[in-house]
Amino acid sequence: MGDPLYVDGVDFAVVLIVLLKVIVVFVFLLVAVMLMVWFERKVISDMQNRIGPNRAGPWGILQTLADGTKLFFKEDLLPDNADRVVFRLAPYLSILPAFASFAIVPIGGTISIAGHQTFLQLADPPIGVLFLLAMSSIAVYGVMLAGWSSGSKYPLLGSVRASAQMVSYEAAMALAVAAAVLSAGSLSTHDIVAAQDSLFRWNIFSLGVVPFVVFLIAATAEANRPPFDLVEAEQELVGGFHTEYSSIRFALFFLAEFMNTVTISAMVVTLFLGGPNGPAIGFLPTLWPIVWFFLKLVVFLFVYVWLRATLPRFRYDQLMDLGWKKLIPISLFWLLLVAALRIGRIEGWNVILVLAGGVAVGALGWWALGAALALGQMDDADLSDESLREVEA
Amino acid sequence: MGYLDGFKVTFKQIFEPRVTNEYPDEKRPKPARFHGRHVLNRYEDGMEKCIGCELCAGVCPARCIYVRGADNPPDAPVSPGERYGFVYEINYLRCIHCDLCVEACPTEAITESKLFEFSFTNRQDAIYTRDELLVDDDGMPQKLPWEDWREGDEVNTSAWVRATAPSGDAGFEGKVAWSGELGRGVRPPEQGQTADSPADRPSKKVARKRRSHG
Repeated sequence: MGDPLYVDGVDFAVVLIVLLKVIVVFVFLLVAVMLMVWFERKVISDMQNRIGPNRAGPWGILQTLADGTKLFFKEDLLPDNADRVVFRLAPYLSILPAFASFAIVPIGGTISIAGHQTFLQLADPPIGVLFLLAMSSIAVYGVMLAGWSSGSKYPLLGSVRASAQMVSYEAAMALAVAAAVLSAGSLSTHDIVAAQDSLFRWNIFSLGVVPFVVFLIAATAEANRPPFDLVEAEQELVGGFHTEYSSIRFALFFLAEFMNTVTISAMVVTLFLGGPNGPAIGFLPTLWPIVWFFLKLVVFLFVYVWLRATLPRFRYDQLMDLGWKKLIPISLFWLLLVAALRIGRIEGWNVILVLAGGVAVGALGWWALGAALALGQMDDADLSDESLREVEA
Repeated sequence: MGYLDGFKVTFKQIFEPRVTNEYPDEKRPKPARFHGRHVLNRYEDGMEKCIGCELCAGVCPARCIYVRGADNPPDAPVSPGERYGFVYEINYLRCIHCDLCVEACPTEAITESKLFEFSFTNRQDAIYTRDELLVDDDGMPQKLPWEDWREGDEVNTSAWVRATAPSGDAGFEGKVAWSGELGRGVRPPEQGQTADSPADRPSKKVARKRRSHG
């Protein structure tokens, strides 16, 4: 299907509309990041019995602007050991995916500009969700190259952690997204939203809560948000990958980080909470989807701040355990179960039997995984003792 | 729901009262013996108390005081004694406001006001000279352009703020007294202090308060 904008061919007006949408999304993201930084600082200070920024503008709402202006005028340092080209490139590699992945988020329904019908989203590629996964993977390059090119040990450690962490959680995230894709039968974000047209068909309910929770956790890790911010763990790595960065380049990393938070919240809303779907109350039918979208978005932004205020940072081995031994098996099992139920519905199988069979297979898999892990935990001393005895015998 | 208890804790804090003091707008009252910017005191007849003995400079752990004494001109003496502080400079980039100079001063010439909100834009302004430190003809500290004087900062700057006043009594411990000599900024007794023999009859209230602090 795709965006009705391109149905009648591409003329000058269509190009203008697309440009307009690009500018709107760009400005929206910048403003959203500005407000997100302010919102995060306000909420987290509320949770710590503080007041938070309250000097610049009403309720300190312009604090981010002031900070950004300050950063812009600070000295831009380039370490002697840095790989100069990559060092300069890395912040842009980090911020571009952050901008790009918001392009596929549907903000509202269909509107009409100058006789052209168009979706309220920058682009609706048929591979929408794959695009999201690709962008979130490319974002690793920014972080990794930044740490590598700094020519300093803490950033290097941070970037090693970043790449390992993102690779680990990418799989769990993709499996959770696959469940949502399965229920919509399409990779396009517009279709995924359209498939969740009533409250009980929202993916958070219709798929069970598991993919939603897995996606939430994996996406938090993917964005390096606390409690998964090992990449820049202040206490261990000074500032992690951006230790050597200053001035506007640092600001770009900062911007990308918060933009990722906004984008991830938007993706959670899109994939699991029906995006802009919600009851339209009387007047202004095109406005209500936008309002619903932003309400859901703010809820998730709050959740992210709440997570940060509550949870201490993970240890590195805990991070890996959670990713590989828990999230991936659980989301894999759940995806298979959802797939089995769908096939069962099409083929007319008994739902109870399918469920029971699925759970039985799941339990078997869980037991096998546990046994394998227990074997893996066996330390080298035991093994060497046994092998020694074998040698003696 | 053991996993979610922490979320409840942080959420509840949103409705708790704030502990933050909005500093530039509202200020918490300063303690009576707050150590701030110094003043050089004068006697009622306008004579300077400083005799240029350099004890303050000697005791200063931050080495921020520079004093040069000079003989008083016989026809126009600056201080009642033999000598006076010809040069007196305090570098506030180094001063740690420990008040040891105030303790050391034999004539209670140097004491501290409660002003701490002063900032300068060059190093020269950070070095206060005798002209800037001396009290004016009313016995009040001079208010320099880069200083932010607040209500009550300039009062009670006399030597009574010293922990060991009256000066020179090494056996003194923990009793608040005041010098009661000639001079500006000396305030009437308070909190049960008596003017005639403060060391004999210390205020119980004050004594108890001090013990609880120690």
